[in-house]
Amino acid sequence: MINELGHFALVLAFALSLVLSVVPLAGAKLGNQKLMAIGSSASTGMFVFTLLAFASLTSAYVTSDFSLENVWANSHSAKPMLYKVTGVWGNHEGSMLLWVLILAFFSALVAWFGSNIPARLKANVLAVQGWIAAAFFLFILLTSNPFARLSPAPFEGNDLNPVLQDIGLAIHPPMLYLGYVGFSVTFSFAVAAMISGRIDAAWARWVRPWALTAWLFLTAGIAMGSYWAYYELGWGGWWFWDPVENASFIPWLVGTALLHSALVMEKREALKIWTILLAIITFSMSLLGTFLVRSGVLTSVHAFANDPERGVFILMILMLFIGGSLTLFAIRAPLLKAGGLFQPISREGALVFNNVFLTTAAATVLVGTLYPLVVEALSGAKISVGAPFFNITFGPLMIPLLMLVPIGPLLSWKRADLYPALQRLFWVAGLALLTFIITLAFTSGEPVLASLGIGLAVWVMVGAFAEIWTRTGIGKTSASNVFSRLSGLPRSMWGTALGHFGLGVILLGVVTVSVFEQESVAEVAPGEKIAVAGYEIAFQGVTPVTGPNYTEIVANLMVTSPSGNLFPMKPAKRVYQVRGMPTTEAAIRTIGFSQLYISLGDLSASGKLVIRAWWKPLVTLIWIGAIFMVAGGAISLSDRRLRVGVAKRARRIAAGKQADALS
Amino acid sequence: MTRKQKRLTMIGAIGAVLMAAVLLVMFALRDEIVFFYSPTDILTENKARSGERFRLGGLVKEGSIEKSGETVHFVITDTEHELPVTYVGILPDLFREGQGVIAEGSLSGTSFSADTVLAKHDENYMPKEVADTLKEKGVWQGEEAVQ
Repeated sequence: MINELGHFALVLAFALSLVLSVVPLAGAKLGNQKLMAIGSSASTGMFVFTLLAFASLTSAYVTSDFSLENVWANSHSAKPMLYKVTGVWGNHEGSMLLWVLILAFFSALVAWFGSNIPARLKANVLAVQGWIAAAFFLFILLTSNPFARLSPAPFEGNDLNPVLQDIGLAIHPPMLYLGYVGFSVTFSFAVAAMISGRIDAAWARWVRPWALTAWLFLTAGIAMGSYWAYYELGWGGWWFWDPVENASFIPWLVGTALLHSALVMEKREALKIWTILLAIITFSMSLLGTFLVRSGVLTSVHAFANDPERGVFILMILMLFIGGSLTLFAIRAPLLKAGGLFQPISREGALVFNNVFLTTAAATVLVGTLYPLVVEALSGAKISVGAPFFNITFGPLMIPLLMLVPIGPLLSWKRADLYPALQRLFWVAGLALLTFIITLAFTSGEPVLASLGIGLAVWVMVGAFAEIWTRTGIGKTSASNVFSRLSGLPRSMWGTALGHFGLGVILLGVVTVSVFEQESVAEVAPGEKIAVAGYEIAFQGVTPVTGPNYTEIVANLMVTSPSGNLFPMKPAKRVYQVRGMPTTEAAIRTIGFSQLYISLGDLSASGKLVIRAWWKPLVTLIWIGAIFMVAGGAISLSDRRLRVGVAKRARRIAAGKQADALS
Repeated sequence: MTRKQKRLTMIGAIGAVLMAAVLLVMFALRDEIVFFYSPTDILTENKARSGERFRLGGLVKEGSIEKSGETVHFVITDTEHELPVTYVGILPDLFREGQGVIAEGSLSGTSFSADTVLAKHDENYMPKEVADTLKEKGVWQGEEAVQ
């Protein structure tokens, strides 16, 4: 019964998406307020019904209702409750349902919080959201219906892929989808603006909070996915340049460019055409990512099932939206008037530089990801493009960009002088150089590039705060003066500083772990030891353990650190009973910012065990840096400039205070 | 600077970045891509140059796995031809006899020395390249669309 209600709610949501696609658009065209207002109620309704469908699928998972094919294929009655709930999106159908749920959620958010947006623009934005939603509802209902029944209902389910039975599944996909799908709003804003023909600084001001929201969720989602793969797969790698990782990384790169170019558009009304184009490309890349992941055309950890019909359907959606929006762009772009002028050396110029490098880097990642498909289609040869390709192309493109990160914010708008900006960074440069020399001295034998990378990381990290430093005049004026200036700084400035600082932190982690990682593999009998980076790992034997839906063999290891501390570590080899599938549970010990990572091979008949141990120096900085970036984004988002309506309230309060003072 | 000069400077700079990127991509695509071959491709058509990195895919031959310490020897077969493989390290969890596998490395003499071994991610899933090879050889036994 609940399942039928869920199915019905999904069909109703589809119907509402069709209403949303047409009615507000007609209202905007005719100037009819009532028709435009239907956009808000239709998108709220669409969200409520999608939520209902999602809730009923969740209830089927929670109650282990195996009469649903989807539940049967991906769940089991003995599965822990957390994974019953997260298992809802641990499969193709459920994850697509989550995708449209988030899409409907964002449409509803625009309806609820978009009171400051002109009615016509808002109606058009909601209509475009309706088009996207309609296409994906149709996709779910026709090719991937999670409510398909099995008759007779099987007694027991197939269980969820053990790799997915992890807390990571609860966080990574929802975060990533909030990011992916969040960019649908900027896309809708771009298309709506092109329909109405009014594209100005105000447009950028409305779009930026949405772009920022999507961006910070995408950042968090990618970082979370990276850490999940790192600890769960037992390979000790944190980024594999896997096609699906790239599929999320390309929208991130373009989205980051969008964030920066929207800034120029908002402040100076320049780069309008480019910003609109970026908004289109960002969501197009999100759609492309969905296609690559969901169609199974690429071999990947994320490919749940290969069904050509689904691939073709998403490809059609992809071509419709990308082709349509770019056609509209081609018609409208020439009509846009060029905005504010600027010299090549200026804040705008620096942001253009940022955009050029980010989009070029995105393009190279795209080429590397799609090249195997193209080659196979053209010549039939099967190839793979791996990490070396991306290191050679992506790395060099990032270096000039990173070098300019501290300089950009110090340049003034319109026309700037490079010399004073560099002068302010004199001490930062000195510190970076000093770091370079010290690391070079202490790491003889390692490539000079590693020391350069660490120096560059320090340059970015410390340089990120140069703008705040100069603005507050630290060291030049009294402490109380500095403090009052600090508290007076706009939050977006702190956001920028934290975001850029996070970037430097990530770079430091990446360089250190790539160059100074140590690894050792050995087969050991109980009582024997292996050593890595000064840590001695003694194998004491194994203990069998029975979990709720698995059995495991836990290796008891006693580790002696270089300073003589003793601590146990317990990596394990698990077998999930239902699927008979083994997984490796790595043991990780965090020491400072570094980690000791131990993974297991098979236990031999003679009781010997292959142990693989890594010393990963400063590896956690990769994810800590991402946390800084997300925090920076969140602080920027809370800036009053972006919370439209707040300025008015603040003025009213100020006026009130004045009145109080007078009376 | 006049407007025209400004525009030229910007276009020149952007063009330089794009050119650099194109050169990097072309250079990397020439040297850093890895081909996928089956044992038949190697043994009858000599597709791989000596020392060239490539991916070898097929099935792990039944009864061929020999472990000595952390070194593993096994045989990859596409049912027509087979090639012995040597690998040092921990094998993936789903590495089993009779199952699909991809090994990456290079030829040393008559055997293949692998530094990476990839197996399928769950029991329903076969690496796409391996599935295609097996279909060509007519020994594919999986369902066409795995649910």
